Amino acid sequence: MSDIHWPVIVILLPLAGGVACFLWPRRSVLLGLLTALGVVACVAGLGGQVVEQGAQRYAVGGWGAPLGIDLYADGLSLLMLTVTAVVGLGISVYSSGYFERARYGQDRARHFWPVWLFLWTALNALFLSADIFNLYVTLELLGLAAVALVALAGGADAVSGAMRYLLVSLLGSLFYLLGVALLYHSFGSVDIAILAQRVEPSPAVWAAMGLMIVGLLLKTALFPLHFWLPSVHASAPAPVSALLSALVVKASFYILLRLWLEVFPFANAALAQLLGLLGAAAVFWGGFQALRQTRLKMLIAYSTVAQLGYLFLAFPLASITGWTGALYMLLSHAAAKTAMFMAAGNILYFGGHDRIADLDRVVQRLPLTITAFALAGISIMGLPPSGGFIAKWLLLETAIRSAQWWWGGVLILGGLLSAAWVFKVVGYAFTRSEVPHEARAVPATMEWTALLMAVLAILLGLFAPWLLALLEIGSPFGRENAG
Amino acid sequence: MNWGATLPLLVLASSLLPGLVIFFLPEERVATRTTLNLAGAVLKLVLVGVMIWGVFHGSHYETRLPLLPGLDLLLRADSLSMLFVVLSSILWLVTTVYAVGYLEGSPNRSRFFGFFSLCVTATVGVALAGNLVTFLLFYELLTLATYPLIVHRGTDEARRAGRTYLIYTVAGGTLLLLGTVWLYTLTGTLDFTARGFLSGLDEAHHAALIIIFVLLIAGLGVKAALIPLHGWLPQAMVAPAPVSALLHAVAVVKAGAFGIVRVVYDVYGVQFSASLGVTLPLAIVAAATIIYGSMRALFQDDLKRRLAFSTVSQVAYIVLGIAIAGPVAAVGGLVHLVHQGVMKITLFFCAGNLAETLGIHKVSEMNGVGRRMPWTMVAFTVAVFGMMGAPPLAGFISKWHLGLGALDVGQGWVIFILAGSSLLNAAYFLPILYAAWFKPPPDSWPAERSFGRRETAWALLAPPLVTAFLTLALGLLASAPFGLLQWARFITQLEYAP
Repeated sequence: MSDIHWPVIVILLPLAGGVACFLWPRRSVLLGLLTALGVVACVAGLGGQVVEQGAQRYAVGGWGAPLGIDLYADGLSLLMLTVTAVVGLGISVYSSGYFERARYGQDRARHFWPVWLFLWTALNALFLSADIFNLYVTLELLGLAAVALVALAGGADAVSGAMRYLLVSLLGSLFYLLGVALLYHSFGSVDIAILAQRVEPSPAVWAAMGLMIVGLLLKTALFPLHFWLPSVHASAPAPVSALLSALVVKASFYILLRLWLEVFPFANAALAQLLGLLGAAAVFWGGFQALRQTRLKMLIAYSTVAQLGYLFLAFPLASITGWTGALYMLLSHAAAKTAMFMAAGNILYFGGHDRIADLDRVVQRLPLTITAFALAGISIMGLPPSGGFIAKWLLLETAIRSAQWWWGGVLILGGLLSAAWVFKVVGYAFTRSEVPHEARAVPATMEWTALLMAVLAILLGLFAPWLLALLEIGSPFGRENAG
Repeated sequence: MNWGATLPLLVLASSLLPGLVIFFLPEERVATRTTLNLAGAVLKLVLVGVMIWGVFHGSHYETRLPLLPGLDLLLRADSLSMLFVVLSSILWLVTTVYAVGYLEGSPNRSRFFGFFSLCVTATVGVALAGNLVTFLLFYELLTLATYPLIVHRGTDEARRAGRTYLIYTVAGGTLLLLGTVWLYTLTGTLDFTARGFLSGLDEAHHAALIIIFVLLIAGLGVKAALIPLHGWLPQAMVAPAPVSALLHAVAVVKAGAFGIVRVVYDVYGVQFSASLGVTLPLAIVAAATIIYGSMRALFQDDLKRRLAFSTVSQVAYIVLGIAIAGPVAAVGGLVHLVHQGVMKITLFFCAGNLAETLGIHKVSEMNGVGRRMPWTMVAFTVAVFGMMGAPPLAGFISKWHLGLGALDVGQGWVIFILAGSSLLNAAYFLPILYAAWFKPPPDSWPAERSFGRRETAWALLAPPLVTAFLTLALGLLASAPFGLLQWARFITQLEYAP
C-alpha cells in the first residue's frame, strides 16, 4: 500500500473521469458517480499514507524541484482534499437528481459532468501543489471551469454573471501571476520550500506580496472585493452554487494561507490587523445584507461573504489555535453551505421560486429540506453541537488569550446576525398556510443529500479532536512556540 | 461493556432515539407514536431508577467523550444532577400522557412529539452535564428544541412569542458562551467540582471573575426569568398547555435556575462567591423578581398569563435560596427546585383542562367551575395552597427553610420578602378559588365539550391528580428517610462542610 503514488492518482482520476464523461455523454451520470466514489477512496488511501508516514513529498516522474513538478501533502492539504472529496461526492449525488430531471435538458447535464470533474481535478492538484507556479496554473484552471459551470444555467442572468466572474477571475490570477514572476526573478525558484529559505524582505518581495495578496483576496471575495460574489453564486444552478461557496473560494484562501505561513512569514502585524479588520467588516456587511435579502439564494450568498470574513480573523490572532479555528470554520462552512444551497435548490425546484416571503407554502411540504436548512443554520450561527461551534470556540479562545477581545466581539455579533436570518427563514416552517398549488415532487436523492450534508456539519462538532490531530501532520502552522 | 460509562448515555438515548424516530412517523400512526413516547418515558424512568440505586451504593456514572483537545464532553451523575434528572423524568412521563390526550386530533403531532422528546433529552443533558461546556451544549440544544414547541400553533401570536423567546435566549446563550470561554482561558478546566475550582486563582483575576460571574448569571438568568430578563416567559404561554407545563416546571425555566445553582456551587463555590461579594446582589435580584412577578400576576385576567408571572416569582425562590449563602436556606432553594416543578405543572395541567373542556381562558370566566369539574379544581386547589406555602404541602417546606436559613446567616430582610410574597400569592390565587368553588356557574361555558359522565378525558385528568398527590406527598414525607430534605441536605453538606 505504502508505495502507491496516491497524490498522482488523486489528480488523474477525476481528470480521466471527466474525459470519459465527455466521450460517453449518455453514461455521464454513472461515470460521474463512479469517479466521485473513486476519488473519495483514493483520498482515503492518500490519507492513510500521510497519517502513517507523515507529510509526503512526491516528485512527479522522478524529477525533483527545481526542474520537475513536486507534489506535497501534509495535514493541511489532506484536510482540504478530504473536504473536497466529501462535499464533491455529495454534490455529485445531488446533481444526478438535479440535472437529470430538472428543467435542465439532457444537453446541460452532458456539459455539467465533464466540467465539474475537471474542476475537481484542478482543486485536487491545487491542494497538492508544492510550487507557486503550479498553484497559478491550477488556480486558472479552477477559475475557467467554475465560469463554465456558472454559465450552465443559461439565460441572461447566468451569462452576465458568468462574464463578470470570468473577468474577476482572470484579473485575480493575473495579479497573482505578476507576483509569481517577481519572486521567480528575484530568487530563481518557484518551489515553496526553497522560497521559504531564500526570501528576505526587499522592495520586490513587498511588491510581489502585495500583488499576490490582492489577487487572492479578489478571488476569495473578501470585503470589499466581494462585490462579484452574491450575484454569481445566486444565479448559478444549485449544485454549482454549492461548490462555488463551499470549495472554490476556499481554494484561493488556501493559497493565501500557504504563502502567508511559509513564503512571507515576516509579513508585519499591521497587514495582519488590516486583514482582520476587512474580515470583521465582511462579517457585519455580509450579515446585514443577508438579513435584507428577499431571495433565498441571494441571502445564502451574502452569508458566504460573512463566513469568509471569519477566516480572516485568524490573521491578527496568529496562533496555532487561531489557524485551526479558521480551518475548522472553513470545513464546517463547506458542509453547511453545501447543505443550504442544496436546500435552496430543492425549494426552487419544488415551488419554482425562492422569494423568502412566500416560502411557507413550499417548506411545509419539504420537511427534510427545511430540516437540512435549519441544521446547517445551527452550524453557521455557531451553536453547539456543530462544527461552527468548535470553530467559534477556538477563535474566541484565541482572541481572549491574546487579549484582543474585540475579535471575539466580532464573532459573537456575527453569530447573532446569522441567527437572525436563519430563524427568519426557518420560522416559515411553522406558519399555518394552506397549500393550494400543485408542485413538482423533489427527487429523494436531492432531499437526502441536503440533509446528510447538514448532519455532517453538525457531526463535525463531535469529531473535532481527530480532525485537529490530522491537521498537525507536517505542522503546517509551525510549532507551538509560534503561538 | 462498561456500565458506569454507558448508563448516562442510555438515559439520554431513551428519549433522543424515540424522538428521532417519531419525526419520521406519518401523522396517522397514532398508536405507534404513543407507544414509542410512553416506552421511552418509562424506560428513562427505569434507567434513572437504576442510576439512583447505583449512586446510593457508591457507584460512579461518568461518560467522557473528547470534544476539543483538553476539553471533554462530560456526563456525570452526582447528587445534584440526580435531583433534577429524577424530577424531569417523572414529570416527562406525566406530561407525555397529558400531551397525548391534549393534542388528540390536532395537526403536526409527529413534529410536536419529536421536538418534545428532544426537549426532554436536552433537559436531562443539562442535568447530567459534568462541566460547563457540556452544560452549554445542552442548554443551547434546549433553546432550539423548545422554539418549535412554542410556535407549534403557527398563529401570528405564537410566532411573535417564538421570536421574542429566541431573541432573549440566543442572546443569553451568547453571554453564557462568552463567560465560559473566558473562564476556560483562565483555568484550563471547566469540570464541576464541589466548592468550586476557582478559589486557587490569583487575586489579580478576581475582577475578571466577577465580570464572568455576571456574564454567566445573565446568560442563565434569561431562562430562569430573573428580572429584567423575564420578558419572554409571559408571552411564551401561547404555546399548547403541555408545553407551558413542561416549560414552566421542568425544562427551560428550571434549566436556568439549575445552571445558577451549578455556577454558584460547583464553579465558583459558595464561600468563594460570597468572598467575591457577588451573592448579595444576586439575592437582591432574586428578591426583586419574587415581588415583581407576584405584583404583575395580580393584574392578569388571562389564567395562563397569571400562572406565568407566578412562575417568574416562584423560580426566583430557588435562586434566592442559593444566593443567601447559608446551608439551611440552600436546602430550601434546592427542594423548591422540585416543589415548584410539581406544583406549577399541576396548575398548568388544570388550566389546560379548563381551556380544552370548557373553553375557559380567563380568570373572570371561572365562576362556579368547581361544580362542573370538581376533580380538576381539587388538584388546582392543592397546588395553589402549596404555592402559597400552606402546611403540610410542599411549598411550606421550601419557605420554612428559606426563612430559617436567612435568619441563620443574619439576613432578616428575606423574611419580609417571603411574607410579602405569600400575601401576594394569596391575593392572586385565592380569588380564583373563591370564584371557582363559591360563585354560581354561568348558564353556559364558552366552548364546552362533552365527555359523557366524566368531567374530561382520562388522559387529561389523571396527570394533574398525580402531580397534586405528589405535592401533598412531598410535603408530608419531606423528612422521611431517603426523602427530599435528606437529599438536599446531603448536597449542601458537600458545599458547606468545613
